[in-house]
Amino acid sequence: MTDTPLLEIDTAERVFGGGRTLFGKSLPAVHAVQGISFDVRRGETLGIVGESGCGKSTLARLIVGLDTPTSGAITFDGMDLVAEARRDPQKLAQRVQYVFQDPVASLNPRKTIRTILEAPLKHLLGLDRGAREKRLRELMEAVNLAPEFLERYPHEFSGGQAQRIGIARALAADPELIVLDEPVSALDVSVQAQVLNILDDLKKTFGLTYVFISHDLSVIESVSDRVAVLYFGRLAELGASERIFSAPRHPYTHLLLKSAPVPGKRSLIPEDANTELPDPYDPPQGCAFFARCPRGTDRCKSEQPPLEAAPGHPGHMAACHHPVEENEDA
Amino acid sequence: MSEAVSTAAKGRARGAGRPGPIRLLLNNTLAASGLVLLVLIIAAALLAPLLPLPDPDATAPADRLLRPLTEGHLLGTDALGRDILSRLVWGTRVSLAVGISATLIAAFFGSLIGLVAGYAGGRVDAFLMRGIDMVMAFPYILLALAIVAALGPGLLNALYAIAVVNIPFFARNIRGITIGLSRREFVDAARLSGKSNAGILFGEILPNVLPVIIITMSTTIGWMILETAGLSFLGLGAQPPQADLGSMLGEGRKILFTAPHVSIIPGLMIFALVMSINLLGDGVRDVLDPRLKSGALTRPVARTAVERRTVPETRTHGDSVLEVADLNTEFHIGGDVYRAVGGIDLHLKQGECLGIVGESGSGKSVTAMSLMGLVPTPPGRITGGAAWLDGEDLFAVSDERIRALRGADVSHVFQDPLSTLHPLFTIGDQLTEAIMAHRPIRRSEADARAEELLRLVRITNPAERLKVYPHELSGGMRQRVCIAMALANDAKIIIADEPTTALDVTVQAQILSLMDTLRRESNAAILFITHDFGVVSAVCDRVAVMYAGRIVETGTTEEVLNAPAHPYTRKLIDCVPVLGEPGRRLDAIEGRPPVVNDLPPGCAFAARCPRVKPDCRRGHIALSSLGDTQAVRCLYPLTGETADD
Repeated sequence: MTDTPLLEIDTAERVFGGGRTLFGKSLPAVHAVQGISFDVRRGETLGIVGESGCGKSTLARLIVGLDTPTSGAITFDGMDLVAEARRDPQKLAQRVQYVFQDPVASLNPRKTIRTILEAPLKHLLGLDRGAREKRLRELMEAVNLAPEFLERYPHEFSGGQAQRIGIARALAADPELIVLDEPVSALDVSVQAQVLNILDDLKKTFGLTYVFISHDLSVIESVSDRVAVLYFGRLAELGASERIFSAPRHPYTHLLLKSAPVPGKRSLIPEDANTELPDPYDPPQGCAFFARCPRGTDRCKSEQPPLEAAPGHPGHMAACHHPVEENEDA
Repeated sequence: MSEAVSTAAKGRARGAGRPGPIRLLLNNTLAASGLVLLVLIIAAALLAPLLPLPDPDATAPADRLLRPLTEGHLLGTDALGRDILSRLVWGTRVSLAVGISATLIAAFFGSLIGLVAGYAGGRVDAFLMRGIDMVMAFPYILLALAIVAALGPGLLNALYAIAVVNIPFFARNIRGITIGLSRREFVDAARLSGKSNAGILFGEILPNVLPVIIITMSTTIGWMILETAGLSFLGLGAQPPQADLGSMLGEGRKILFTAPHVSIIPGLMIFALVMSINLLGDGVRDVLDPRLKSGALTRPVARTAVERRTVPETRTHGDSVLEVADLNTEFHIGGDVYRAVGGIDLHLKQGECLGIVGESGSGKSVTAMSLMGLVPTPPGRITGGAAWLDGEDLFAVSDERIRALRGADVSHVFQDPLSTLHPLFTIGDQLTEAIMAHRPIRRSEADARAEELLRLVRITNPAERLKVYPHELSGGMRQRVCIAMALANDAKIIIADEPTTALDVTVQAQILSLMDTLRRESNAAILFITHDFGVVSAVCDRVAVMYAGRIVETGTTEEVLNAPAHPYTRKLIDCVPVLGEPGRRLDAIEGRPPVVNDLPPGCAFAARCPRVKPDCRRGHIALSSLGDTQAVRCLYPLTGETADD
């Protein structure tokens, strides 16, 4: 792994809605992603974790160019990704690919697997028939599926097999970066492990870089080199995986870790704590986590906490006025 | 390769078990009779030049207005002495041709507009659809009259008019479906595969819209024929002497009282033609519509059919609230029998929480749904076993008794609270309904009880929350309401089917704590269905692991988690990443669970088991005890010393 960032995101913001009606009345707007900055180094896996509504999927769509940020910049290997997505989406798709959450919904029910997998080879790489055939066999082998499956339709596959086809499609154009949006959450646990192992092998074989999005902390921990924790469209904490899981600084990360069900552990969370997210149409002025935070003060209520590095760990950032220090117990 | 061939053969065999679309259509009596009638009419129309019919346009003033069944004129003659039978057949030919061509033209342009508008969205959509709205703003007959008036009367112009008038119908239908489809993930995937917009629209979306276009066409042809007849009746369609059903009707109108057959016969023909097309169209829609195909047309009965081949007699756990013995539930689909539950034994003491763990398709939900007869029949049926609730066999009691027990002694909490709660009633309405369905109390008392229930599930400000609708609450709050509803009538047993799977982790942790506290307070037993051993650890006293419709291991949560005896349980625990152990390579279970309509003899897990021996694949394997509480269905269970190999 080298330290040159492959992908840099600089204060990206995506607002849905907004604008004005014909009569000048302003329409409500939701900030799905707000002021997010991080970079992804070549060859690493960056895990993005957060609960529903935190902006994970919006962020993923921004990275692959399926959506455009309202403001901010996204740079991929020195080139402006947002401009490239508009100018030449096919060129970008050759280098950045996406694996969808719902494996079956991401395959057109009326196409054979061959047609689905040939599309990127034809449109992105412009391969001729013979070369396509060869590449198809390589792809099917890479994701551990029998070549006979090429002639079948998506409904004939189980979730795990369908997700492997989704991965093969993402691999087809030989990309450098793959964004995986909850790739295993729709799968059964035994199949989940198969897919995670395949992803791990592919990364080594093809020297890929992953942005791995999940709500499942244990999955994120097992795959990630670095982890970004999102809350309410903002970055709550960012750092090396072992730092995030062993010495989390943001109280939200603490809550997440405490809440995750672990075999052999009885729950310790009080059953009546506030779990409501703030109203997205009327976001709080200060820290979005304030209402649920045991450490909140007046300052948190009025002032948005900036992302700051932990003392002694420049790569470990948390957006909190009162971060949990290593030697104390939250 | 040979494996692929054999599975392909199996696929065909399965296909034979499920009726194909043609057979489904023929099974529908009305559609089939429509089809027969239509085929007869079309055949007659197509064969018109070959049939021994007199010239339809040849006038014979001497033979005018002959009654039907006259010699040489089976259906009589009209005011100009033309043979009505001949004119009818030739006229039907014209009407059919016009109706079908108009439908094709309307379907082509309407679908194209709908596809482009739905896919492009934004301004293009607004522009196209406002145009369509303008066409729709005029009454159709007025618009058709205007078009014909502008172009001049004639069959071809009438055809154009009718096609134009029907374009909006197709455009709006197809646009709606296209909008839904273009937000689907496979469209994004095609975009990332480098396909152009036109490629996506016609290569990806159109094949999915095509069945809807066909359905819409099959239901509009009849209407088009009627409209053609209407225009011709007004003298704007077919011009004399050409025969057309509408113009025949128009000509007969003036002599309706003196010679009624002249107008009645073409009228009957229009009726038969349109009726047969509509009946067939409805049948085609039923066959092709995916929502109806999924079985929405077969209405399940209120309670699962019970056809027990064996009825166990003795209860072995006298102190339990619920005891299930040898439960078998099957689904009969086509020619196949899916043994979803193949002999389950369970028992639950008061206040106890039993976890049922398994992957999708293992039969855990069907087991739970069978207890209260909630498995849909058809295709499901209970084929064996017994479930005793406080000594009362749930499969033997009356429907009335089951209804009284549902939601009272036995209540359910389901996975998705948004689809469990009715979106149009307030939380308060739904809670009081649940209470009053089982108790003869006044509304005010029920309201008070509902408020108390919300307080019980730790919802702040309960009196206010009773007045809100489900969509105004967060996912966690909704699930709390569902739990409150389950507790409304002092349930003895709560069946919780993946109640936290749809929730975020922090919310899940709270709901689990809440359920744990409540069952201790109310002393209700919980049957907790989940796929997550972490969740099991949080709430369950005992756990049963299911695989392919059977329990493969059961025991206390500690025993099963710390010393799993069945290789499947061991693998299931090891294949999940555990927080705090990131370095571990996941031990995936290769292969897939067997399909329950084709279970192997012996152990169902044998094909995926690392410890399999030849005798695992023979005969029935019983659940054998390992100590007081643990039991395992395995000939070579893992014991302490071999657990790590």
